[in-house]
Amino acid sequence: MKFSIQINEGPYQHQASDTAYQFAKAALAAGHEIFRVFFYHDGVNNATRLAVPPQDDRNVAKQWSELALENDLDMVVCIAAAQRRGIMDAAEAKRQGLDADNLMAGFRISGLGQLIEAGIESDRLIVFGA
Amino acid sequence: MAIKKFMYTNRKAPYGTVYALESLEVVLIGAAFDQDVSLAFIGDGVYQLTKGQTTEAIGQKNFSPVYAALGDYDVNKIYIEKESLEERGLSLDDLQHLVWEDEDEDWAEKDSIRLVSRSELADVMTEQEIILSF
Amino acid sequence: MGLLHTVNKSPFESNTFDTCLGYALDGSTVLLIEDGVYAATIGTRASEKIQQKIQSNNDVSFAVLGPDLQARGLENKLADGIKVVDYEGFVNLVAEHDSVQSWL
Repeated sequence: MKFSIQINEGPYQHQASDTAYQFAKAALAAGHEIFRVFFYHDGVNNATRLAVPPQDDRNVAKQWSELALENDLDMVVCIAAAQRRGIMDAAEAKRQGLDADNLMAGFRISGLGQLIEAGIESDRLIVFGA
Repeated sequence: MAIKKFMYTNRKAPYGTVYALESLEVVLIGAAFDQDVSLAFIGDGVYQLTKGQTTEAIGQKNFSPVYAALGDYDVNKIYIEKESLEERGLSLDDLQHLVWEDEDEDWAEKDSIRLVSRSELADVMTEQEIILSF
Repeated sequence: MGLLHTVNKSPFESNTFDTCLGYALDGSTVLLIEDGVYAATIGTRASEKIQQKIQSNNDVSFAVLGPDLQARGLENKLADGIKVVDYEGFVNLVAEHDSVQSWL
């Protein structure tokens, strides 16, 4: 079956991203397809590569990144939510005249239409949030 | 592209958190996809639709006028849970009057808001294929 | 087969669980995750409501995410009638139901 996942909360503050990650891993292990993971609201903060959690803690952004690269997942960060919160890829940072970018490998920035499309194209969409 | 039944469930009040505003942004973008869209306002979500929101003093943009434009985007199935409204001491008179124009009936103006009981809304929710929660 | 409802709030902190119960129709399952798992523990008003719901309507099922219950040290406080699932079981529930309403 084809799933999509929406994540509304950032890492560490709330369990939503952790639960979504465990769900995604289990879905892939069970042979399901994940059409897209869409990061919205503070969920866009899962996509920064500049987070440095303590060594004995999980690295949420890195976990997602590795899962995406290993399984060829499409992980989309909402551009409007990302711009509000300072999550930028190199192209967008340049376009905005900013001196830095921070998007982790495995994520891409795109529009809200990607969320609607995920709903249309998937058999199930499940939302994780606060 | 297939047409699916989409429901947006709005359960959070505006301004205190960003969910209401960013949910509305999804609804507006989603309208371009010509899906079968319903909006549900449950719990504190009903506060999103109060009349007379005035936000200058809190330094945020008042986005409540956008709800009145939803009819123009063919978003005209707006369900308000009756129990939620009543337990907050509100009635439909306290909410914006949202309308849409029915192109099949010579652009007759019709109410977008459907005041429904929890059990009625539960039936509508069960018919949905995709539920986006905010 | 009905909706899968997920609840992730403590029933002591918000009325989300109660609201969700009102939406749980025949064929639906209520899955308690994250802080929602406190509703699954014995001696709480919330778990009493689950028992009442099961008695009045056996077409509504209840499940709890085991890893969240374990993490909170309450695995041995689980009330009757609630099925424990792991993440794989969570995935199966999503697949088995027609759609998912997350009561955020």
